[in-house]
Amino acid sequence: MSNAVSALNAASFEGFAKVSETGLRGMVTLRGDLSGKGVKQAVKAATGADVPDARRVTRGTSGDVAWMSPDELLIICDYQAANDVVAALTGKLSGEHALAVNVSDARAVFRIEGNAAREVLAKVAPVDLSADAFQAGDFRRSRIAQVAAAFWLNDDGSFELVCFRSVAQYVFDVLKVSAENGGEVGFL
Amino acid sequence: MSTRLATGGRLLNKGKQLHFTFNGKRFTGFEGDTLASALLANDQMMMGRSFKYHRPRGVVASGAEEPNALMNMGEGGKFEPNQRATTTELFDGLTCASQNHWPSLEFDVGAVNNYMTRFFPAGFYYKTFMFPKFAWKHVFEPIVRQSAGLGKVPKDRDVDTYEHFYAYVDVVVIGGGVAGLEAAHKAGKSGAKVLLMEQTPHWGGRAAVDGGEVNGAPVADYIATLLAELDAMDNVTIRTRMMGAGVYDHGYVLGYERVNDHTPLSTGPRHRLWRIRTKQIVTATGAIERPLSFAGNDIPGVMLASAVRDYAVDYGVSSGDRTVVVTNNDDAYRTAIALKNAGLEVPVILDARASGGGALADEARALGIRVENGKAIAKVKGGKRVTGVAICAQAGEGAVLEEIKCDAVAMSGGWSPVVHLWSHCGGKLTWDETQSHFRPDPERAPTNQDGVGFVVTAGVASGPLTLDGVLADAANAGAKAAEAAGFKAADTAAPTVTATAEAAMEPVWMMPQGAGPALRIKSWLDYQNDVKVSDVRLAAQEGYESVEHTKRYTTLGMATDQGKLSNINGLATLAGQLNAPIPAVGTTTFRPPYTPISFGAIAGEARDAVFQPLRRTTIHQYHEDQKAFFEPVGQWRRPYCFPQAGESHADAVKREINQTRASVGLLDASTLGKIIVKGPDAGKFLDMLYTNMMSTLKPGKCRYGLMCSENGFLSDDGVVARIDEDTFLCHTTTGGADRIHGWMEDWLQCEWWDWKVYTANVTEQYAQVAVVGPNARKVIEKLGGDMDVSKEGLAFMEWKDGKIGEFDARAYRISFSGELSYEIAVPASQGRAFWDALMEAGAEFNIMPYGTEALHVMRAEKGFIMIGDETDGTIIPQDLGLNWAISKKKEDFLGKRAQQRAHMTDPNRWKLVGLKTVDGSVIPDGSYAIAEGTNANGQRNTQGRVTSTYYSPTLDCGIAMGLVHNGPDRMGEVIEFNKVDGTTVKAEICDPVFYDKDGEKQNV
Repeated sequence: MSNAVSALNAASFEGFAKVSETGLRGMVTLRGDLSGKGVKQAVKAATGADVPDARRVTRGTSGDVAWMSPDELLIICDYQAANDVVAALTGKLSGEHALAVNVSDARAVFRIEGNAAREVLAKVAPVDLSADAFQAGDFRRSRIAQVAAAFWLNDDGSFELVCFRSVAQYVFDVLKVSAENGGEVGFL
Repeated sequence: MSTRLATGGRLLNKGKQLHFTFNGKRFTGFEGDTLASALLANDQMMMGRSFKYHRPRGVVASGAEEPNALMNMGEGGKFEPNQRATTTELFDGLTCASQNHWPSLEFDVGAVNNYMTRFFPAGFYYKTFMFPKFAWKHVFEPIVRQSAGLGKVPKDRDVDTYEHFYAYVDVVVIGGGVAGLEAAHKAGKSGAKVLLMEQTPHWGGRAAVDGGEVNGAPVADYIATLLAELDAMDNVTIRTRMMGAGVYDHGYVLGYERVNDHTPLSTGPRHRLWRIRTKQIVTATGAIERPLSFAGNDIPGVMLASAVRDYAVDYGVSSGDRTVVVTNNDDAYRTAIALKNAGLEVPVILDARASGGGALADEARALGIRVENGKAIAKVKGGKRVTGVAICAQAGEGAVLEEIKCDAVAMSGGWSPVVHLWSHCGGKLTWDETQSHFRPDPERAPTNQDGVGFVVTAGVASGPLTLDGVLADAANAGAKAAEAAGFKAADTAAPTVTATAEAAMEPVWMMPQGAGPALRIKSWLDYQNDVKVSDVRLAAQEGYESVEHTKRYTTLGMATDQGKLSNINGLATLAGQLNAPIPAVGTTTFRPPYTPISFGAIAGEARDAVFQPLRRTTIHQYHEDQKAFFEPVGQWRRPYCFPQAGESHADAVKREINQTRASVGLLDASTLGKIIVKGPDAGKFLDMLYTNMMSTLKPGKCRYGLMCSENGFLSDDGVVARIDEDTFLCHTTTGGADRIHGWMEDWLQCEWWDWKVYTANVTEQYAQVAVVGPNARKVIEKLGGDMDVSKEGLAFMEWKDGKIGEFDARAYRISFSGELSYEIAVPASQGRAFWDALMEAGAEFNIMPYGTEALHVMRAEKGFIMIGDETDGTIIPQDLGLNWAISKKKEDFLGKRAQQRAHMTDPNRWKLVGLKTVDGSVIPDGSYAIAEGTNANGQRNTQGRVTSTYYSPTLDCGIAMGLVHNGPDRMGEVIEFNKVDGTTVKAEICDPVFYDKDGEKQNV
């Protein structure tokens, strides 16, 4: 695994907010019946987290779980643990129709932090990012400018954002432009 | 003379002088000036020339409606044409130039058009450019192109930045005049989240200029109070320099914020386009004063009465020493009074109403101003500047009673509410007889997704023109919007308003009302596009009865100002000529944006490095370091070839192929789509998607498959690997990955929702490298690991998981080149390391990367089709001789039925063959096989076309694939393909497999 490198090797930029690539992160796509007992138990066992409500992310002892669609979850864990999570989920769900797959390497992750972090995203994502509408634990599968992305708000006020690895440079560049000094909007 | 007054100028900071240049001349102004007010203060009344006749034009208005004062603004990377001087804030160092003249603003050769006026009637273009036929291309079009456009085209790259911003609120209030402030205040008090935007840098709109008292104090005090309270509300955002550009369905509003136009050296974006979702919209957009149609109403110095007043009060600028006021309403008297109070001369007020004005008229008379009722302007005298007016009776035909010297004319034909934003999304208008204007009909508001109105108008924009009516309407609008957005309107005390009573206005569409042709041809409706009363009347005479037709025939309202001044006067003139009531004629359609917005704002951040997403594989940096020549494939850039020093692309391709066929080459195949399909019904699902049978594939095995659309056309292809009983991995083309994944989900979610199948697009999870050539196995074996990649251990069309070197790998024994080939997938984060390891291990075999062109040539040598080359959306697998890949056993698959239709089974469909040139040359790409005779259009008949054509280094000659009529039955026949130079190239029809037909090389 010593050969494994993230897309941008922890690049970062400081404008009116700070944007940085966080390095490799474990990610597992789970598709199944989210309301079923099987998925709930499997997710709990694998991460310690509950199945989140729509557009939310839940925290567990060994992973976070984000709602991607009515039949899809994204499990976020340590990079090294992703294959074990897949195995655990697959094992628990062997009796029912479900799909768990490691997608860690298909992704890049960014953190956006600072007082005006919301505005960095609000320039490039069609999402209501006001403090009352987007709170800690909220999650959106949306877009950043011209590409798909998903992001959530942490308890410390920072955002984390997931995009496809191939467009990591594009997303980083867009976030840089968005966070450029002098571009503060003063709305959010 | 227009000049700066000693007093007045409430918006100016006279302590800060600013320098600017106009047409190379240096001028000064003050902070707070607009470019227009600063030019006027320097006696620069003439600011441009009209489009068609190149007539001298001065500023007419003081705001967004200005048709004349358009500037080429800035220089180099900050150059932008058609900028309105009235909405451009002055800043130090501003540089601008007037437009549409040569060689200079004062002396313009194009003004010769002016003397040809009678030869440029309405519909001139339609009438002139019809005959003779050849003349359009060779005479008219070059002339029209030469004279087209007002401003210059920017030549340099825009140095500024732009951005978008998404905002979500309950109520948007557009317009920060007293009505907008009142409405926002009312809505804000309810607790609703309110965004109030004002296009100018100032709050309060016209109220402070027009006067009136609220709660016993000047209205300006009330505005200050409202502003302070709005500022203190956490739920209210107020922004100046932000125009409501457009209203769209579902409460979508575009706000155009000019962040740095007035401070061009600041950091940050120049413009910001706000993309707003709101529950309710209040349009407090005010009204625009109408010009009067009298002869010479376009001579510089003829201005709207409100503008003359604005320049005096707001900017301390006199538009002339002697200003004649001409009006059909009481409001214009305020201009006369303001000028008189500023110490300027008003020789006469011409009131077209026989009965004259009310209290304001009395006030004017009391100031000693001569007021003439029932009088009108027969014509304005002057050329580049007003020198006087000839007075006549409004009721007559223009017999001159008296001439009065003056250097400015302030005209007012009444006020039209700004209904644009109300109308953008379907709000309807009603004709107000009392005010002779169209105003929004609150019963027919634009409706949202629930069929409920989502736009409310406030203040003058609703119709009422007096301060008391405006404030009452605005408070009501604010409350209504808040309630409709789900809040409870607060009970706030209504302000007490003291407004001056006004006498009724009288519509005046022609001055004097009986003006004959000589006056009508000099009475302008649309200043920018040179449309006169005579033109609209002519259009009506020639049968253009619809206002939309008249608009296009005369170009009325089609200029950059979109007829803000001319619209109502034009359609009233049309109605008069048609002898129809004005509401029956109606208005033209109001479309966003309200005033032009910059292309930069529309593009937002999408320029330079982030113009478009560029997808990069994890091996991309290697390709860049090798200075690969790239080609776009979807949003990827794939290496076309890897030229070495001094090598042409063709030579590089040849070298890459020869090396690969002789020894070993590497291809970055990471971009190929990889989709996991899992579930008890996965086999059944893939049997429907692919034309061949996939459900019978054994785990560990691979199978090539074709996908068709429901219409039978070939859509994608690729190798499917069966991972386990329930799981398949489908490879797609590079460009097809997202599309095919979407296609699968479409069928699963919309049609076969009860099938137990899940998909996941794992394209980017893996870096995939094709190791190709007779030495491929040796290279892989050299890396070590636990995977047996021998012929027996991993046979052709099998796959296997294991370790190659230290890498977790999945190897597929598949070949798109005809050579011994492994496509090896490793986790993407290790892709570059794996590639480097292969390069190192292959060094002794002179391993080289090869690009997409080598890939294409090698597959063509093998007769493999390429989606996008052999297919173009009209090709079915049967056309390509792929019948072997179409299952006859399956009851159904997507495209099966379509492929049985008569046109698809027509034996005359062109079919795929190989083509080998007789002289060894390469058939040009896109070439057609010619046939005897010509078609109905006199074009040469064809019997086929080339789909792929290359120089084959392996065969050392030109090879091609093509679709040819009855092709497979014509083996050995020589046909001719056309070339761009008119000659042809002969090619023999042959088997499309040129190389190793028995597949011995890939199966070793």
